[in-house]
Amino acid sequence: MRNMLLSNTEFLPGYSIVKHLGLVQGSTVRAKHAGRDLMAGLKNMVGGELKGYTELLNESRQEATQRMMQQASAVGANAIINVRFSTSNITAGASEILAYGTAVVIENR
Amino acid sequence: MDIIFVIVITAITLLVCYIIGRSIEKKHYRSIEEREKRYQHILVFNERTPSPNLTGQPFYLVTGSVVMSSDYFKQYISMLKAFFGGRLSSYEKMMDMGRREAILRMKEDAYRKGATIIFNVRLETAMLNQAQKNQNQIVSSELFAYGTAWIMK
Repeated sequence: MRNMLLSNTEFLPGYSIVKHLGLVQGSTVRAKHAGRDLMAGLKNMVGGELKGYTELLNESRQEATQRMMQQASAVGANAIINVRFSTSNITAGASEILAYGTAVVIENR
Repeated sequence: MDIIFVIVITAITLLVCYIIGRSIEKKHYRSIEEREKRYQHILVFNERTPSPNLTGQPFYLVTGSVVMSSDYFKQYISMLKAFFGGRLSSYEKMMDMGRREAILRMKEDAYRKGATIIFNVRLETAMLNQAQKNQNQIVSSELFAYGTAWIMK
């Protein structure tokens, strides 16, 4: 699973797709903690980047990608193509990150 | 007497927030422009099909994201603007900065892996609104850029 190849293209030059194993996905819902919320509240007065949130969403995205790769290796894939991401606001202070793609078995042409 | 005091305090707070906010924005723009020059050699395409002469090269999914928020001053101005209609140029600037920053972070991710060309770049925007108690919406949004990077030999 560690060497699972990820791509958001449909076509990989130099590789041929031997088997399509269907849609795989990974998602996570994360809520921020009160400390980050306070800093973000202050930052909102002057604007600019909210670093705490950026890190939070980055970690969530990595977790979602990991879960997607786990699902793919469970069906026997060695690569995931056409990876897409989606972020949505579930409730105040919590967002869901979804990563999905097509699990395939590829080999060098 | 009390009302005047409240108005003055509010005006001073808004002014201070405005000044600090504009200086943060200017610093950010300068950093963005400097890094754009530095990573000019990393090519970015949103074509779906990568070029066939990348056959045999390793590829990686690269991403870059940033969460930008507006400030109280922008909010007040946009409330007035929304009444009369027209472009909200302050929000345009916020989204523009966020998008360029996200693409730069994606390029930095590619650079760290040694890649110089990124295909199928997609940009996503997600609203992460935080409603305040007095119903003044603070707009914050996540700008996210992702693509597949190839090392060109």
